[in-house]
Order: sequence, then C-alpha cells, then structure tokens
Amino acid sequence: MSLYSRRVMTNRIGVGLSMAAMAFGLLALLWILWTLLYNGFAALSWDLFTRDTPAPGSEGGGLRNAIVGSLLIVGFTALVSTPVGILAGIYLAEFGGRSRFAAAARFVTDVMLSAPSIVIGLFVYALAVETVGGFSGWAGSLALSLIAIPVVVRTTENMLVLVPGSLREAAFAVGAPHWQVSLKVTLRAVKAGVLTGILLAIARVAGETAPLLFTALSNQFYSTEMSMPMGNLPVVIFQFAMSPYDNWVNLAWGGALLIALLVLAINVIARVLFRKKSSD
Amino acid sequence: MPPPQENVEPEAILAVRDLSFYYGEFRGLNKVSLDIAKSKVTAFIGPSGCGKSTLLRTFNRMYDLYPGQRADGQINFHGSNLLDHRQDVNLVRAKIGMVFQKPTPFPMTIYENIAFGVRLYERLSKSDMDARVEWALRKAALWEETGNKLQQSGLSLSGGQQQRLCIARTIAVKPEVVLLDEPTSALDPLSTAKIEELINELKSEYSIAIVTHNMQQAARISDYTAFIYLGELVEFGSTSELFVKPKNQQTEDYITGRFG
Amino acid sequence: MSAVMTSNPVVVDDQGSQARQANQVRKFKLQDMIFHRVTLLFALLVLAALAGILVALTFEAMPAFREFGVSFLWSRVWNVPDERFGALSAIYGTVVTSVIALSIAVPVSFGIALFLTETCPAWLRRPLGTAIELLAGVPSIIYGIWGLFVFAPLFARYVQPYLQAVFGPVPVIGGWFAGPPIGIGILTAGIVLSLMVIPFVASVMRDVFETVPPQLKESAYGIGCTTWEVVTGVVLPYTRVGVVGGIMLGLGRALGETMAVTFVVGNSNRIVGSLFAPGTSIASTLANEFGEADPGLHISALFALGLVLFIITFIVLAISRWLIQRGIAKQGK
Repeated sequence: MSLYSRRVMTNRIGVGLSMAAMAFGLLALLWILWTLLYNGFAALSWDLFTRDTPAPGSEGGGLRNAIVGSLLIVGFTALVSTPVGILAGIYLAEFGGRSRFAAAARFVTDVMLSAPSIVIGLFVYALAVETVGGFSGWAGSLALSLIAIPVVVRTTENMLVLVPGSLREAAFAVGAPHWQVSLKVTLRAVKAGVLTGILLAIARVAGETAPLLFTALSNQFYSTEMSMPMGNLPVVIFQFAMSPYDNWVNLAWGGALLIALLVLAINVIARVLFRKKSSD
Repeated sequence: MPPPQENVEPEAILAVRDLSFYYGEFRGLNKVSLDIAKSKVTAFIGPSGCGKSTLLRTFNRMYDLYPGQRADGQINFHGSNLLDHRQDVNLVRAKIGMVFQKPTPFPMTIYENIAFGVRLYERLSKSDMDARVEWALRKAALWEETGNKLQQSGLSLSGGQQQRLCIARTIAVKPEVVLLDEPTSALDPLSTAKIEELINELKSEYSIAIVTHNMQQAARISDYTAFIYLGELVEFGSTSELFVKPKNQQTEDYITGRFG
Repeated sequence: MSAVMTSNPVVVDDQGSQARQANQVRKFKLQDMIFHRVTLLFALLVLAALAGILVALTFEAMPAFREFGVSFLWSRVWNVPDERFGALSAIYGTVVTSVIALSIAVPVSFGIALFLTETCPAWLRRPLGTAIELLAGVPSIIYGIWGLFVFAPLFARYVQPYLQAVFGPVPVIGGWFAGPPIGIGILTAGIVLSLMVIPFVASVMRDVFETVPPQLKESAYGIGCTTWEVVTGVVLPYTRVGVVGGIMLGLGRALGETMAVTFVVGNSNRIVGSLFAPGTSIASTLANEFGEADPGLHISALFALGLVLFIITFIVLAISRWLIQRGIAKQGK
C-alpha cells in the first residue's frame, strides 16, 4: 500500500469514526426522548393535572400538587434571580473593569455555574431550613436562585460587553447620568440576549432535583403555602420512580415528560427569540 | 502674513490653551492652543491617529469614561475651565453635544430617542415635548420622512436617517456647541451631502467642531480649519487661506495628498 | 477673547433654569452613587454565597471531623447504626463513575466536535449543533429514570454477560466484570453519566475548534493534508489547552452529578473491585440518606461529604475555567 493510500485510509477511518460519534450522540438523544414520550404519554391523562399525588398503596392519582408547587417555586426563583443577576451583571460590565474584585466575582460565578447542585441544597438547608424556617417552598426557591443567578449574571455581563462603545458614549454625550445610560440605553440594547439568559436559567433550574430534596422537601397534599414543605415535580419523580407501586412509576414518567417538555420548550423559545432579535 | 489667531472671529465659544492629552504614558496631544469660534464651523483634519478625534473628545470630557486617560491645560467655556475636575460632566455634555462616526440611535422609538436627552434637564408638558421633538426633527431635516412614524424604533431607519436622528437628538437638548466626529464616514455620498447641507444650516445657531478625514469636506463646509499631525497643532486658520496658501510645508504636503 | 481661569459652573441662560439644572445635577450624582452601590451589593452577594457555602458546610461538618479526624477521608466504614463514618467508598464511587464517564465521553465528544466543525455539510451544522445543545439542557433526572427503567435492564441482559464472557478470563481486567449481571452498578452509572456529559464537552470542544484561524487550516489543506491530518496536526495542537479545559468541565459536572447516578448506581456503601457491583457516590449518598438522617453525627458526616465534594469540584472547575480562558485568549497570538 502506498503512503498516499495509507493516508487516505487513515482519514476515512478518522472521519468515519467522527460520524459514528455524531450518530451515537443523536441516537442516544432520540432513544431517551422516545422512551420518555412513549412512557410519558401513556401516563398522560386529565387525572395527572386534576388529582394530587396518591398515598402509598392507593390507586390512580395525579400530580396537581407537584405541578403547582413546581410552578410556584420556579416562578419565585425567576422573580428573585432576574433582578439580582442583572444588577450584579451590570456591576461587572459597567464598574468592574479589571479590578481584582470583579475578576474574583467573575471567577466565582463561572465556577458556581457548574457547581454540584446538591451542595447548594445542603447550604440552604444549613442556612435556612435548620435555623429558621424548616422545610419550605421558600427554601426551595432560594436554593434554585443560587443556581440561576450565576447564569443570569454571566449572560448579562457578556451581552453588555458586546454593546458598541459608541452607543454608550452617545448616551453619555447627551448628558445622561450613568444609571440611565445603563438601564435605559445599554441594557435595553441587549434585552433579547438578557431575556434569553433568564429563560435558560429557568430551564436549567426547572429540572433540578437535588437542591430541592433538603429544602422544599415534598408534600403529598395540595398546598400553595410557600412557607410549608411543598410538593414539586422533580422530587416526586425521584421518589415515585424508585417506588414499588406501578401507578407511582407511571406518574413519575408523566412528570418526567412534563418537565422535559417544559425545559425543551423554554430552550427552543430562548433560541428563537435570541436569533430573531439579534438578526434585526 | 498675519498670524492665524488674528483671522479668528473675536468671539470664541471654546478657548483651548496648552492642552495636552495622555493615554496612560503615551502623549496623544501636545500643548494645543486654538479657539472654536461661535456660530462657525471649525474642522480638524489630519492623518488617522494624529489626535484630531482626541482633541474633539476633550471638549465634552468623553475621555472621563476611560481610566488612564487624562488631559492637562485649559478649555475655557463661558469663563470656566471644562477640564476642572469640579466641573459636572453631565451638564457639560448637555451643553456640548456630540455626534459619532457610526450612527448610534438608542434602542427606543424615534420619539423617545429625542425626548430622552430633553427629559434629563427639562420638565416639559406632553405638548411642549411633542413640539420640541418636531422642532428637532425639522432642524435635522428628518421630519418629512419620520413625522408619521415617531413610534417606530430608531433602529428601523436607514443609515443616513439614523445619523440625522442623532443630530436631531443632539440639538434637541439645545446645546451651544455641537461636536461631530467624522459624521459622514459611514454614509453614502447622498446621505453625506444631506448632512453637509444640514451642518451649513445649523451653524447660525450652534458652534460646530467637526473632525473629518475628508479634506474636500473640510474645504466645503468649514470656516476654520486646524491641521493636526502627530499630536501637534501644525496650522490653524481660516479654511480658505489654509487650503489655498498653507504656510507650513507639512500642511501643504498633506492637503496636496503627498502623505496621510 | 480672554482665557479666564476661574472654574464657575457652566453658565446657563437664566436664573430659574440654572437652579433647576444645579438641582438636577445633584440628583443625578446621588442616583449614580446609589446605582453604583446597589449593583456592587449584588455583585458582592455572589461572592458572599460562595463564602457562605464554604463556611456553612465546614461548620456543619465539624462534629464529624472532630470525631473521626482527617482519617474520615480514607476510612471506608459507613455504618449508620453504629455512627461510624468514613468517606472513602463514596469518594471511590464518585471518582470511578466519573472516570468511566469521561473515558467514554471524551472520544465521542471529540468525534462530534470534529464532525460539526470539519466534515458536516453546512445545512446540517446548525440543526445538529442545536440538537447537541438541547441534549445538554435535558434535566439529569430524565437520564436517571431512563437509565433505571430502559438502559439497565437491557445492559444486564445483553451487554454484561457478553463483557463477562470476553474479559472474564483475562487476569486483573476480569475482576472488573465479576459478579452477577444485575444491570445496576458503578459501570452503568458511569455510562449513563457519560451520556449526560457528552453534550457539555462536545459544545466546548466545538467552540474551541472554531477559534482556529481559517487561514491556518487552509494552509494545511493547501499543502495536501487530509481532514484527519488537519485536525490532529493543526486543530488539536492549536486548541489543546481549551480542549483539556472542556474535559475538565465535563469532569466537574460528572463528579457533582446527583440524579443521573443515584438511580442506577445501586447505593451501596462498599468498595468492591468489580464495576458490575453496586456502589455509591458522594452526591447519591447525600440524596439517599440526608432526608432520613438523624441530627448528630450522621448529618454532620453527610455535610463533611458535601464539603469534600464541593472542594474537589471547585478545584476541577477552577482549573477548567483557567484552561478554557487561556485557550480562547490564545486566539489572538
């Protein structure tokens, strides 16, 4: 075999393997999605939305309490992490510059982006559950916020840094104070990007299970009381999937489908929004 | 040949004296002194990087935004030194407006683009504000094109229209001086002609300083021209004289296209 | 005109508007100061959260460390009724599952990134890239229940017996595949974990591959290199720092992952040589035991585990960030 044909051979094998890797990744995605849809849709019914989680051994049941709980916990997370994340992001972009403090804050947010979420749960347990409030929806929201905030901080900063210097200067040039330049001009110029960041942060925390285990705990009954333990989809999925009861396992699949659809939908919306806005 | 200063109108709105400018250690301007005449157009020409934009940006303290940049000397405006650190930069900027190389409409409606700056220092009723917006757009020769779509985004306009919107936004605040930093370099010839026409009309009410890389433009629109090279003011005088019979060899070389 | 040297405020038209402007200027100054302080406060909050985590976990872990000393880290006992705790078996499970996950995820991610940046037809590039990013967004609990109900049974029936037949007789390696093929265990957890990590690593690798200047690749193609030669000879050497950063990011994710592991690892606090045997990881021990643990040594030992996990992942993620940033900053040079 000539040197040339050996090189061609090596290339074919290498490129072929990379295609196989791509196929492997896609097949895994499709397989997971297919099982999810197959088992999830089998579990889908009106009961899922209108009835609460069943007691051990009882028939049927739904996920109403968990769905409402999840919406509340995630909703409050969004309410808390959006302003906090945006303001901290503005600080890093507008005032932070190359200061040591800003460098440290960027480093910490980057690391926190991937920090183990279960440890965040432990922290909130020590901070809020053990000391004052006991297990509660608030504690759950707090834990999720600690995960969502770094996402919002970093996207806000990254977007603001991309604002052309001349736009900032133009806003200063009419005599505007710094806060108006930031909030009314530069932040508005990147609002699509920041909104995308917020949506991705929500998508990220909507499926988080580990930080809720020791904070919101769970609640078998319907409750909208944020200061009490609160049912939520991820924890119900976790508990029910590992249970010996068929109807519980079934509900776990239904819940998993709901969560996955929600997260995928938010992801898709965020992408579409960002693409449309940034192509304007 | 009389010295250039004697050609300058006696009334100067900005009197620059011994102005030096530093980017960290690097000196971008060296002891520049000149006057910006009231109700006239003064052009700054010179090769890229010569310091002409730097000079313009000292007039509204734009360099304040960047740590490490500083200016020495004086720029006197109504008897007070603009470079004084006690000077309130926001107020200075409201009095000395600026238009940039690339159009920079704010991400808001056409109406809001203009009202934004006005609202900062004046409290106008809705009808007064409407009138002010219309006045500014008319001044900038943009009313015909945008009067019926004030609620559209400023970003929806064409490049030339955006630049006129920026001019409208600047004059809406009723500044005394308007600084133009290569305002037509990103525009097509037609839009450029419109802006030049506009500058000509505005100069009766505003004192204008313009940086341009285009010598024909300087010759067409300005009353006075300053040639700046390597951070030094090489020659300053009435435009007609500077272009017809420059006194300095470097100026002559530059305007005849031998370098730059 | 005279150069007056005073520094009065800028003169304005009339007395009334002068007063108003002075007033407005004062207001702006105050608002800007408040704006600066408020944003600073929130930026501080982020740093405070990190400090808070370290302090709270250390505080809560103190009783366990006082009781067992540093040997907590290498003791393999985990006996709840006797209140004797050591972290080794959880650390072992965490590390082994992560190593398995990465040894699968790294080559696959490399292949995906190579395909997306070099050989993929242009019209497919975006949809496939998006699909990989969406895969990264799937909540880990989905991987977990898929692993438990779908993957583990198939793995036990079709793959594990085969692995045993092939590798069983081989010395040393044979031990890894010993024991009953029950589907659930360290190896399964590692595989499920790898699926979860692939999208992260692949996205980072694709991003750093895209930082290679086109001229560099074109000049390599220009002298007749094949795609494979360009990637191994130009792209990979050029981006190796960022690639390692991406791998470290995947490792950080894998070490701290709870749900993808807990469902399939078997949750047994023992160290067995076989990869088929059930084990545990730090995160899954926490998920399983924390809710039912009695206050006292058990809770404290769990906090100590959490602290160990946080410190390990923090170091890994810090290195990863440093490498990725260096890899991207190198671009210009």
